[in-house]
Amino acid sequence: MADLILKPNLDRADDVYADLLAAHEGLSKAESDALNARLILILANHIGERTVLQQALDAARAAAPE
Amino acid sequence: MNKIFEIPLYPYTRSPDQDAQTPARRKVVIVGAGPVGLAAAIDLARQGVEAIVLDDNDKVSFGSRAICFAKRTLEITDRLGCGQEMVDKGVIWNLGKVFFGDRKVYEFNLLPEEGHQRPAFINLQQYYFEEYLVKRAREVEAEGAPIELRGQNKVLQVTDRGDHTELLIDTPEGQYTLEADWLIACDGAGSPIRSMMGLDFVGRVFEDNFLIADVVMDADFPTERWFWFDPPFNKGQSALLHKQPDGVWRIDLQLGWDIDKEEEKKPENIVPRLKAMLGEDVQFDLEWVSIYTFQCRRMEKFRHGRVIFAGDSAHQVSPFGARGANSGLQDSDNLVWKLKMVIDGTAPDTLLDSYDTERIHGADENILNSSRSTDFITPKSETSRIFRDAVLDLSEKYEFARPLVNSGRLSMPCAYDGSPLNTPDALPDGPARTRPGAPCPDAPLGNRFLLDDLGDRFTLLTLDAEAPDTFEESGIAVTRRALSVADDPTGALTARYLGGAPAAVYLIRPDQHVAARWPAFDETAVRAAIRRATGQE
Ligand SMILES: Cc1cc2nc3c(=O)[nH]c(=O)nc-3n(C[C@H](O)[C@H](O)[C@H](O)COP(=O)(O)OP(=O)(O)OC[C@H]3O[C@@H](n4cnc5c(N)ncnc54)[C@H](O)[C@@H]3O)c2cc1C
Repeated sequence: MADLILKPNLDRADDVYADLLAAHEGLSKAESDALNARLILILANHIGERTVLQQALDAARAAAPE
Repeated sequence: MNKIFEIPLYPYTRSPDQDAQTPARRKVVIVGAGPVGLAAAIDLARQGVEAIVLDDNDKVSFGSRAICFAKRTLEITDRLGCGQEMVDKGVIWNLGKVFFGDRKVYEFNLLPEEGHQRPAFINLQQYYFEEYLVKRAREVEAEGAPIELRGQNKVLQVTDRGDHTELLIDTPEGQYTLEADWLIACDGAGSPIRSMMGLDFVGRVFEDNFLIADVVMDADFPTERWFWFDPPFNKGQSALLHKQPDGVWRIDLQLGWDIDKEEEKKPENIVPRLKAMLGEDVQFDLEWVSIYTFQCRRMEKFRHGRVIFAGDSAHQVSPFGARGANSGLQDSDNLVWKLKMVIDGTAPDTLLDSYDTERIHGADENILNSSRSTDFITPKSETSRIFRDAVLDLSEKYEFARPLVNSGRLSMPCAYDGSPLNTPDALPDGPARTRPGAPCPDAPLGNRFLLDDLGDRFTLLTLDAEAPDTFEESGIAVTRRALSVADDPTGALTARYLGGAPAAVYLIRPDQHVAARWPAFDETAVRAAIRRATGQE
């Protein structure tokens, strides 16, 4: 079973980040929230392993500011 | 014409117990003639155990209430002797459509697995389900089985007397006292007996109201289940359309929390809503209208000494997933053989504690499933609505999202994993679906079905394996059912019971659940498994 990757894993990080922002360009807050939700679900299905997703949820929670 | 639910089916008649000098003592008294109480009474009586059913009413369920009865329930009613009637009357459906806003996002075909005598489920009004049980009770009574239905017998008080329970009962001709060796409380979600005994019933309340309308119409809607999320005719809420026998359609409309129930129930408010849904020119009559809220909760324990709770009195779920009556029937199925053995003295009283363990496991599974459906159908926060809508939008385009759409999950019987009655699995490469604790799946055997021959007693099912034809351990008789892959025209038996194993021996409980399985007959192991399955180890 794979572990969640928390080391740099993106080939061209700046481009990927820019793609994310571009996808939200011109959307209202509600449209952006909906897009994010669809994206999370698509990525979750692609990952396909509940344990990896649980690690990702933990990692996301752990990075919230105090 | 009167509806069946308006006719008294077991009207009050005076019982000699009302004139007894000292209170009469009965073996098993069942309070509540709903689906669960009736099933328990029939099952006990046909096996020779006296069962007296008390109900404060004398008719079947008012209005249809439950409409989806699952395969396992039909298999249980087959064992009771009235499954065929249910199936003959019921509506079988496989197609469903899901709508979101004003568009259809997808449709599905349930494609039920082949090789079962009974369909995955049927739609049937609860009043018919109860009517057929009442009829069956009358039949077994006529055959001499010790069963009695006492209408307009309202239980006012229960007192624990150690080795029995004393009941104070009100009737149209005054009160009387009755003693019960065993009391089964099947008195519904509002269980007066639970309150009289001061017992808890905790869980989660869902702040929502649903309007349920059964309408009679001559419309040529197909026999499909249609579910709407956020439809134009019920903005921000959900709706369901489902067919029942006799041209009756179930319509379920979510109304939200802050509503005036009496106002909403008025025909002048209901009819325009239904017209917006069905079309202006569709002709229909309202058969039954009700507004309900729901809860998901259960008692901490179902067994309290000689008082045992079953059905809605013990646990309550949201209607999504049709788990109320279906799980209640499984309670009765689980309880009756154990109670019979304890009464007959062939098993210790502690066997009944396994009813608690096994059915609490079942209730928790049902509560989990129906809570999740409810959270999907009626999102309670902005974020949960965003995710829900995202799933629906995705489901229109991508197949992967469709399994995430949750408008109620089909009720499946619970496998009693981890039950103290199970013997650890000893069949290498045996299929997971028939592991110890699991309910036996059906399989066609030429001109009959496997489940026809299982149940009511312990059975040793052998597949290409030798074993004695009858067998006794600690006063418990076990009969063998010998089968071979040569009797398996479709391959279903092999797939469901052998998997990768060349031969197998199964010990099957009277409720058709697997107690143990092995690759071959081993007398010592089988004896130990029987003792274990009857609470003697
Ligand atoms: C709108 C709706 C839709 C539903 N849909 C489904 C579905 O599709 N599938 C499904 O499986 N379930 C469904 N259910 C749930 C189902 O109706 C219940 O789970 C089922 O009726 C429970 O059966 P029961 O025998 O435990 O209790 P009940 O049917 O409630 O019977 C209890 C009986 O006890 C009697 N009683 C109460 N107090 C006393 C007293 N003091 N003395 C004597 N008698 C008393 C009552 O008169 C009643 O007859 C639905 C429920 C609702 C409300």
